[in-house]
Amino acid sequence: MAALLDLRQIDAFYGRIQALHGVSLRVDQGEIVALIGSNGAGKTTTLRVISGLLRPARGQVIYVGQDITRLSPDLIVGRRLIQSPEGRRIFARMTVLENLQLGAYTRTSVTEVAESLEEVFTLFPRLKERVNQKGGTLSGGEQQMLAIGRALMSKPELLLLDEPSLGLSPLLVQTIFSIIQDINKRGVTILLIEQNARQALQIAHRGYVLETGSITMEDTAANLLASEEVRAAYLGGNVKAS
Amino acid sequence: MELFIQQVINGLSLGGIYALIALGYTMVYGIIELINFAHGDVYTMGSFFSIAIIGLLDASGQLHGLPLLLVLAVTLAGAMILCGIVGVLLERLAYRRLRNAPRLAPLITAIGASFILENIMQLWRGPSPIPFPSVVPNVTWHFGGVNLSSNEVLVVVMALALMAMLQIFIYNTRLGKAMRATAQDRDAAQLMGININMTIALTFFIGSALAGVGGFVSGIYYGSTWFYNGFEAGLKAFTAAVLGGIGNVAGAMLGGFVIGMVESLTAGFISDQWATVAVFLLLVLVLIFRPSGLLGEVLPDKV
Ligand SMILES: Nc1ncnc2c1ncn2[C@@H]1O[C@H](COP(=O)(O)OP(=O)(O)OP(=O)(O)O)[C@@H](O)[C@H]1O
Ligand SMILES: [Mg+2]
Repeated sequence: MAALLDLRQIDAFYGRIQALHGVSLRVDQGEIVALIGSNGAGKTTTLRVISGLLRPARGQVIYVGQDITRLSPDLIVGRRLIQSPEGRRIFARMTVLENLQLGAYTRTSVTEVAESLEEVFTLFPRLKERVNQKGGTLSGGEQQMLAIGRALMSKPELLLLDEPSLGLSPLLVQTIFSIIQDINKRGVTILLIEQNARQALQIAHRGYVLETGSITMEDTAANLLASEEVRAAYLGGNVKAS
Repeated sequence: MELFIQQVINGLSLGGIYALIALGYTMVYGIIELINFAHGDVYTMGSFFSIAIIGLLDASGQLHGLPLLLVLAVTLAGAMILCGIVGVLLERLAYRRLRNAPRLAPLITAIGASFILENIMQLWRGPSPIPFPSVVPNVTWHFGGVNLSSNEVLVVVMALALMAMLQIFIYNTRLGKAMRATAQDRDAAQLMGININMTIALTFFIGSALAGVGGFVSGIYYGSTWFYNGFEAGLKAFTAAVLGGIGNVAGAMLGGFVIGMVESLTAGFISDQWATVAVFLLLVLVLIFRPSGLLGEVLPDKV
């Protein structure tokens, strides 16, 4: 199968500190791929490279068969490769509606954007009740809904989610995970980063394990869930809310 | 009482000019957290460009041939565009590559850019005051002991009209939203598909063009300018921006008018020499009792 996204041997640095060492990974059309790893492993850095926010020193990012390594972030978004970043990063001083409109910044068809807005409101009725509230005044869970809703407004083909369940109550974590599955069933391919490794692997098709900047394992989600090493390192007592 | 009303009128005119300049400081600070020290000089350039354009119209015999309103529109548009270009060039050549540098580097660069602009203007028109051609007949109306001149009306009307337009632009257009998003969170804005280089350049263009308007109206209002004119005006406009809450557009407008008013009332009731002192005293007081400025929000912590 042709890969939708193909990372080839990515090296990335912050100043002189190397954060990624030859990272290669692949996401196929229609999949949910989980990228797991402990704090500081380089998961967010990997997404920054894919989105063009951090230029890798070596290696290539191939998307739909084209090299996008040197494209600027806005042009990458224009290709429907969308990221919902770590820590939500919603625009605190703008309303819920304005945040959602910004998600659709690169889209031109007013009617299609209106349709997407309805879809987002169907998925997150809570956001509809709060359209005119400032983003910064939403609760943590609502902010996370807004962050995902905002990403959906861009009609993503590939959606990069960086810790969508961070800081949410167990109940809300369940909701977010089922919504992610739902989004995937509507045809959106997903690369999912999670501390919540067990739940991520439960909804994913395949997964990668990242350790101090290198990919150390790659397998189907079921095999990773069953693997001794993964169980010991990522599914043990230190995994919250699972 | 008459003196009071007179000084209020003067204060409004002064304030309109400060507000126009303050907008550029606050917009640039809002988007890249840089105090653009060269901004006051862009304002002076607005007067210089206006003089040059009127001179060209005169040389080509158009000055008295064209309707006055058209002459003013051409001059104003020309000054705005040229100042806008100066602002964009400053950003592109001086500030862009320092965007991620420690804060001191772009600040020193801005001071350097200010010297460069001042020197360019000095080479261009010399070190002495330059008269601003009196293209607009200045009519004065008398109400009892209070004088109101058409130039004062012009300054205030222009300032208010442009501020209203800016407000509409920022809050109701796609590019305006992109500017606000970039100001709040640059990376997140990029992830929305916003071209932040373009957005930052646009911010410099608009801020500088507004300073150009300030240069144009102040030329008409004062009747002369010189290459160093922007130093003090820029400092006061910067004070206005801080007073209103730096980064806050409505705050810059309010701050401009407050500063103009304080300066003019102090000059009228105490003495000219105390006017500038009063302005900076007010700044100190505001910074002590309301550090985020009059309209500055106490921000939810920046992510
Ligand atoms: N802006 C930066 N400057 C310098 N070093 C950085 C920067 N951002 C990240 N790093 C370093 O790069 C490494 C990888 O960080 P990254 O944020 O990608 O980890 P992560 O896997 O997303 O971790 P977490 O699960 O905590 O979010 C870490 O060692 C981190 O300290
Ligand atoms: Mg991370």
